[in-house]
Amino acid sequence: MTDLWQGLVQAFWLVVTFDAELAEISLRSLRVTLTALVVASAIAMPLAAFLSVQRFRFRRHVVALLNALMGLPPVVVGLVVYLMLSRSGPFGVLGLLFTPTAMITAQVIIIVPLIASIAHQSLRDLWQEYHDLLISINVTRRQKIATLLWDARRALLTAGLAGFGRAIGEVGAIMIVGGNIDNATRVLTTAIALETGKGDFALALALGIVLVALAVAVNVAIHWLSRTEREGRW
Amino acid sequence: MIKTIAAGLMALILGTAVQADGVMRMAVTTSFHNSGLSDVLLPAIRDDLNLEVQLLVVGTGQALKLGRAGDVDAILVHSRSAEEAFVAEGFGTHRREIMYNDFVVIGPATDAAGVATADTASAALQSIAGAKMPFVSRGDDSGTHKKERSLWQDAGLQPDEFGPWYASVGAGMGAALNTASGMGAYVLSDRASWLNFGNKGDLAVLFSGDPVLFNQYAYLPVNPSRHDHVKTELAAQLETWLTSPRAQDLIDGYAIDGETLFVFNATGG
Amino acid sequence: MVSALFPLTVKGATTTRRGKVLAGPIDLTLDGGGTCVVIGPNGAGKTSLLRMLHGTARITRGQVTWACDTETARHHQAFVFQHPVMLRRSVIENLVYPLRVRGMPRTAARQRAVDWATRIGLGHMLERHAPVLSGGEQQKLAIARALIVEPRLLFLDEPCASLDGRAMREVEEILVQAAASGTRLILSTHDMGQARRLADQVVFLLRGKVQETGLAKNFFDQPQTSQAVAFLNGDIVE
Repeated sequence: MTDLWQGLVQAFWLVVTFDAELAEISLRSLRVTLTALVVASAIAMPLAAFLSVQRFRFRRHVVALLNALMGLPPVVVGLVVYLMLSRSGPFGVLGLLFTPTAMITAQVIIIVPLIASIAHQSLRDLWQEYHDLLISINVTRRQKIATLLWDARRALLTAGLAGFGRAIGEVGAIMIVGGNIDNATRVLTTAIALETGKGDFALALALGIVLVALAVAVNVAIHWLSRTEREGRW
Repeated sequence: MIKTIAAGLMALILGTAVQADGVMRMAVTTSFHNSGLSDVLLPAIRDDLNLEVQLLVVGTGQALKLGRAGDVDAILVHSRSAEEAFVAEGFGTHRREIMYNDFVVIGPATDAAGVATADTASAALQSIAGAKMPFVSRGDDSGTHKKERSLWQDAGLQPDEFGPWYASVGAGMGAALNTASGMGAYVLSDRASWLNFGNKGDLAVLFSGDPVLFNQYAYLPVNPSRHDHVKTELAAQLETWLTSPRAQDLIDGYAIDGETLFVFNATGG
Repeated sequence: MVSALFPLTVKGATTTRRGKVLAGPIDLTLDGGGTCVVIGPNGAGKTSLLRMLHGTARITRGQVTWACDTETARHHQAFVFQHPVMLRRSVIENLVYPLRVRGMPRTAARQRAVDWATRIGLGHMLERHAPVLSGGEQQKLAIARALIVEPRLLFLDEPCASLDGRAMREVEEILVQAAASGTRLILSTHDMGQARRLADQVVFLLRGKVQETGLAKNFFDQPQTSQAVAFLNGDIVE
């Protein structure tokens, strides 16, 4: 109980005094996760739209595979990315292990299936609704995909936020591929793991509160943005 | 409005940290990092050498692995036989002793096993095993874990044959101490990690001082003939600094709660 | 000179779904001008016939031949569904969409969309979200969205099936205007009043086949088959 209370107090002070290290770690968390989110969305959303509009032989299998990959254990992803990027691994020459890029890579792999699966569900429904019309208007496949992505953008936002939520709170993979290096690859989640390891529960909890606040703030900000954009149309 | 925010986001995403000119990576043991000594040494190294040392805090086993794979430029660990094998196999150029600290036996202050009255480390461990009191082992192939195993061996005991009172947690020093604190168990820890540990609970230092518990740290640069991207020059600069009188002052002068943690014992290069 | 779509020749065209024949084999020749109304009881294959002609239902046997190549014919057609499909966009964006798909510049497309919205009486709600419009408004918008690309042939599948009287009259006015300006209409309906009001030609379908076809005047005044007589009398025909 005292740890909880101390954590709250410490979190409060860290935030109001704008602790430089906390700001740096939080910004890095945001930067890594938002970059991963942008990259993953750029892959997952067109993929989901493609899977919705295109009939091909193994489509069902691909969708099932995506759904299964949603449950991909981050630690395993981290380990595989680690082995790939290690100097003794196939991509070792790039020298990317223990850099933010490695962390972004791992997060992209973790959230692409999640975003693609959620996006596919809503895009598939929208496609059923639009199918006859778009076929009749004789739009190209590229136009079909663009139309679905644009008109389902609110649902896609939800998919993106789900991906963001999974990525920002992820610790297993980025600990392995990032190495939790101070001033280089330490983010909120790995810092929490570190402070917990030191038995400094209050600081760990303070960081945790900041993490939760950050995640909530991003969610609220994005929803608020999407609302102002749609104002007057609903 | 939305465009401004989007532009801001893009700037945030694309902005990458500008790194100092001299950057090298060193794998160090959890116990070294938890001691807090790195927080004293790293800023001094940055000031003196304009060198940013990025620490990968792992167990000795993984530190050696990182060196083997060429993912770090040097390692600072404490497990002599493993270090010598590392050099013998050609992964490290040489092994340079820097300093030592010591291990302590931690346990519940009530000390049901009577460890505090033991004369030697072996006797202390024998009394724990005799009483079958809960004992937390790192179990992660770290230097501390290797030390613990060798101590059991010296005491004529085989951890593999122990009953459920012997808990191998497979985790870092801090996590092992957390577990011991929660279980009221005995645990072997380096003194530095213990002093910096924040969740002591009912635990206390029950046994220390046996010379067998001394813990030698050594510095090993990764061999550039194995991995040509290794920053040999920076690693050499760091070695010179770590063995300098400047480092000696900082290491010998580092204390927590008035207790000195490390003893500098590097020999001149 | 633009190539002509008609005469349209249908020879033994059949469409099936999961082995079940939805319509066909159909033999039909359409020529001349004006509006062609497809009638027949539920399940006779009206929708399937329209889709086959439009090219959105796969023709499993037989063929549909236009006076020009199919690609060109398709380009000059549009289709309005029984249940209007609204893009989840504003009224104006629904109208702009088919023009943009065809590569018209945004400003010109917008200009024409405003014209059409005004013409169908939706000029005051350009920015309204289309899916929240009333049924009548949606169907008018769907027809405008089909007509905005200036098709030479417009298919309408029971366009007034779920509309009240006033909305139906508004829709019919739009269709009459379109026909007057030279757009050929092929529409299906189960409303005989509407058929009489709009039709120049009639195709009477029964059990997936053309039972009788001809000029509207002749069909309504002197139906040739007993089934057509029964259907026009309001008897149950299957």
